[in-house]
Amino acid sequence: MVATAPLTRGFNCANCGAAVELRALQHTRAVACTSCAAIIDPRDPTVFVLQTAAARERITPVIPLGTRGTWDGQPCEVVGFQRRSIEVDDTRYGWDEYVLFNPYRGFRYLSEYEGHWNDIRTVRELPRLESSGKRTKISYRGESYAHFQGATARTDFVLGEFPWRVRTGDEVRTADYIAPPQMLSSESTDDETTWSIGRYTEAAEIWKAFSLQGEPRSASGVFANQPSPYGKRLKRSAAVFALLAGLLALFVVVRLVSADRERVLSERYVWRPGAGEPAFVTAPFALREPGTVEIALGASVQNAWLGVDLALINVDSGTAWNVSREVSFYTGRDSDGAWTEGSRSSRVLLPAVPAGQYYLRVEPEGPTTSPQVPYTIQVRRDVPSLLPYGIAILLLLVPPVANLLRMASFEHRRLQESDHSA
Amino acid sequence: MVVRHDLDLDAIGEISDLPPDSSPIQLGTEGRFDERAFTVVGRIVYEHADGGWNEWHLVFADGTSGWLSDAQAEYAVSTLVAPPPQPLPEATAVTVGVGYPWRGEDLQVTTLTRARYTGVEGELPFEYWGKDEVLFADLRGHEATFATFDYSETPPLLFVGRLVEYDDLSLRQLRSFDGW
Repeated sequence: MVATAPLTRGFNCANCGAAVELRALQHTRAVACTSCAAIIDPRDPTVFVLQTAAARERITPVIPLGTRGTWDGQPCEVVGFQRRSIEVDDTRYGWDEYVLFNPYRGFRYLSEYEGHWNDIRTVRELPRLESSGKRTKISYRGESYAHFQGATARTDFVLGEFPWRVRTGDEVRTADYIAPPQMLSSESTDDETTWSIGRYTEAAEIWKAFSLQGEPRSASGVFANQPSPYGKRLKRSAAVFALLAGLLALFVVVRLVSADRERVLSERYVWRPGAGEPAFVTAPFALREPGTVEIALGASVQNAWLGVDLALINVDSGTAWNVSREVSFYTGRDSDGAWTEGSRSSRVLLPAVPAGQYYLRVEPEGPTTSPQVPYTIQVRRDVPSLLPYGIAILLLLVPPVANLLRMASFEHRRLQESDHSA
Repeated sequence: MVVRHDLDLDAIGEISDLPPDSSPIQLGTEGRFDERAFTVVGRIVYEHADGGWNEWHLVFADGTSGWLSDAQAEYAVSTLVAPPPQPLPEATAVTVGVGYPWRGEDLQVTTLTRARYTGVEGELPFEYWGKDEVLFADLRGHEATFATFDYSETPPLLFVGRLVEYDDLSLRQLRSFDGW
């Protein structure tokens, strides 16, 4: 069996005298006293106060130092805290970072900005430059990351232990690249460039892992690598749309194949200009099932027109469906060559007519000076109409289109926080 | 290469005690790297202004030597490549971002460290070396390749290997810590 070593060691703060306990021992390069926030070099704690806390405001981390939890399946302890900030357009934006320590697996970090949390680890593989240009892309483990923001990050406040010698006022150049929910970040000084990868993490996951009291504050705005909730919703609504549209197409096919299209009236007439009262009625015909009724007018007009007022009238109830149709057809020749305009036939579809005995009342009208115009009137029942299916498709499109718009708005809000806002 | 056994710190005289230590690795720790079993037989402790790290001397089952670097529990295994396939840059010319070709990969200098050793223990493949501050340049590649230019000698030494996760090494005979 191997020897058990104590991992903690203590001394008194050279600044205020409070007991300071080291939890990560040899790894610890700076410890900030939890009483007065003086930063001490643990190798010579009696002398080496790297920075006193005199002018600094106290910040209380939401995860207390010393908290233990199980993170990513491994036990770890929160040993350090720092607040850092960047300046964009004369405004400072601050965020918090927590140092997690496991004596075997080393350090990892949690960061919080406005309720948005990231789980951060250093990376072993150097990311590859994929494309420079307007928005640089880099690749890491086969995934592409787009440049989001470059800045200078400054350490403003420190508590607890760090694996490097941290001082307030320390500055590093940072560059963030995103592939939500991941974010690759580089931090550079003249002597070192380090890369780390953050995974956007729900606060609730952290609260549970570290058994924290109370509720995490709710996140505001859209964070750089926050996964879009609309991506998933869009996929889901598109899948539902595809399913229902497929069903609808099946219905359309069945309808087109199985429709009766039964001809119940087919008559030929002649329009004679100046023939007095032109209105007449047809012989009665039967619509044996309720449904659609198509009335088609055809006329061999040539440089003329013919209009017909029609009424489909139920013999028993007298209920009437009034429609009017007009056909006109003109031809000619001009500098561009021959031309035609209009059509010699016209149809109208009545969507829902009850079964029963019906007749048509027909009142034709044409130019008084034209020659005679022969025309036909045909009535068919159960002719399929695509209009309701068209409306259904439009209604089915509403959820995916709404999600698409929301997603675009989400991505827009994300980019507003970047160097690449429009 | 001379392997020094039973190193006596007093005999060297100038080297202080090992600093307080929280590395989980110790002499006798065993593990595997790329299916090759190794045993930790020695150690050098390096310190620099902003941190420090351990270089654990490994002896593989076939008798060859290697190094397991433990920098704040970030681990890398490397071996000496002598002579280097390409000459290493001069100490004065090496900066962050300088490239070095290695087996078709372009390694880049990511860290420059000026450090000196503050303690040794166990078996080491050296007899003696100076205590002056020495420049180290760490390089990384796109496939977790890890290399170090060690300017403690002239010409400088090249170590090449790979950054590894703790779990990749299947370490045994580790130290255990109170409460962990």
